[in-house]
Amino acid sequence: MRAEERSGSLLGAPYAAFLLIFAVYPIAFAVALVFMHWDLVTTPTFAGLDNVRVLASDGRFWRAVVNTFVFLSIHVPLQIATALALALALNRRLVALSFWRAAFFLPVVISGAVVAILWSNLYATDVGLINHLLVKIGLHPVPWLTDPATAMPAIAVMVTWKNVGFYVIIYLAGLQYIPRSCQEAIEIEGASGWQRFRYLTLPSLLPQTLLVVTLSTINGFQLFIEPYVMTGGGPLRRTYSVVLYLYTNAFAYQKMGYAATIGVALALIIGAVVFIQRKTIGSAEAI
Amino acid sequence: MKIFRRVALYAALTFAALTFIYPFLWMASSTFKPPVEVGTLSLIPSHPTFDNYRTMWARAPFGRALLNSAFVATTITLAVLFFGSITAYAMARLNFKGRPVLNAATLAVLLVPGQLTLIPLYTLIVQLGLIDTYAALILPYLFNATAILMMRQFFLQIPQSLIDSARMDGMGELRILFTIFWPLSKPVLSIVAIFTFMGSWNEVLWPLLVVRDQHIMTLPQLLTVFALGGGAGTVGVSLASAMVLVIPVVVAYAFLQRNFIESMAGAGIKG
Repeated sequence: MRAEERSGSLLGAPYAAFLLIFAVYPIAFAVALVFMHWDLVTTPTFAGLDNVRVLASDGRFWRAVVNTFVFLSIHVPLQIATALALALALNRRLVALSFWRAAFFLPVVISGAVVAILWSNLYATDVGLINHLLVKIGLHPVPWLTDPATAMPAIAVMVTWKNVGFYVIIYLAGLQYIPRSCQEAIEIEGASGWQRFRYLTLPSLLPQTLLVVTLSTINGFQLFIEPYVMTGGGPLRRTYSVVLYLYTNAFAYQKMGYAATIGVALALIIGAVVFIQRKTIGSAEAI
Repeated sequence: MKIFRRVALYAALTFAALTFIYPFLWMASSTFKPPVEVGTLSLIPSHPTFDNYRTMWARAPFGRALLNSAFVATTITLAVLFFGSITAYAMARLNFKGRPVLNAATLAVLLVPGQLTLIPLYTLIVQLGLIDTYAALILPYLFNATAILMMRQFFLQIPQSLIDSARMDGMGELRILFTIFWPLSKPVLSIVAIFTFMGSWNEVLWPLLVVRDQHIMTLPQLLTVFALGGGAGTVGVSLASAMVLVIPVVVAYAFLQRNFIESMAGAGIKG
């Protein structure tokens, strides 16, 4: 027993040390930085609530938060709809099932940086593939990434495309758990395809939908490489994301205290939004 | 009617699959096209050329970045498997005082968004003098909470009798882990290996913070800097540099497709 105690502590010690240095210390220091001015060169000075005050009235920060909500309002519903549709299509006896699954999952394994570079070219106004197709069917080309009204929606569609394969797998797993007996019963009752979907499939998949909402929301708040590569946050800062703003403050302006404050605020906002979503969807289940 | 619906289903699936595959095919073919041809939908270049690859290779150290990426991702993956399984073994099968704290801390770490600790970690790296080193890219990833929880979950299911009899034979805990647990744990080890490697291979935000020297940059970072800095010049050249990052992944994915899907979906859900 004492030998087990000793080897346990010994084997657990490296991880404990790692957690102290790379998790506990950074979390504590993030909170401390909120009350500091620090440019990484001179010694940090106590800032009181300066950072918090500046953040509260920082139009650029709140613009980035609003941008994220614009992104989420398109991304989350679209992600649920596309993932669910593809999962339902794949949940049948299909020829070459693994091929279809692999095709939809392909963008998930590709680096976000590559996807952003690729889609900058697809969205390009003059030579882009998408406008090329639009012109072919007789429509006008759209300046996707340079029009303030379309830039963020364009990025939201791209991110949905990149991640849908991942959420299809979640829905496919959920579909396995709908009992055969329920499916047979509702068919005997003579329910139409739509009724089966509305009253059996959709409610049964509520846990998966909740997961899709939570994960795609968190993912949306972490938006960085897409605007960084595709738009630089423009046009008119309409695609500026919170993480991009945090990165700019740390890397370009050397404002460590302020950047850390943005990080803490972002963590709190993510926590609050996910909490509210879970409450709302949880109570929808009760009805 | 039935046949009509089947045909419609396959037509819809084919269309959907094309929207996922076609952009990558277009990207691959564009890298072999001269600049005037890139804007076209055609997948077959009428005048195939390697110029884009030659230009890309000459303008930025992509060969070096490929090696950097391979080195960093491999080191992190081996560390996560080695250190992670030692930790998971202790947390699953050994009774010691600190165990409940480690368990709770691991779950807590997963709840904290990475953006919260990004700046403190960055200042830590600066103060340790590790900017522009491989250590900066590797150290914060030596352990992975998701990996530890997955391995711990798996190790919990291995019968205690195996451990007891191995101890009777005088085997130490590490030998039990590596000679008895590892061979039994291939499924979870491969899942952890794939998502760890892919996470590191594709990571770009952290390198953008801690590396400025082109010769230490990993592929996604060099690619981003190259495309944004205007070093690429033309679409073909910038896509050619993206291909260096994509080709190894697509080849591995083609062979290990099932494992990839299981691994990356599993890690995302648990993480």
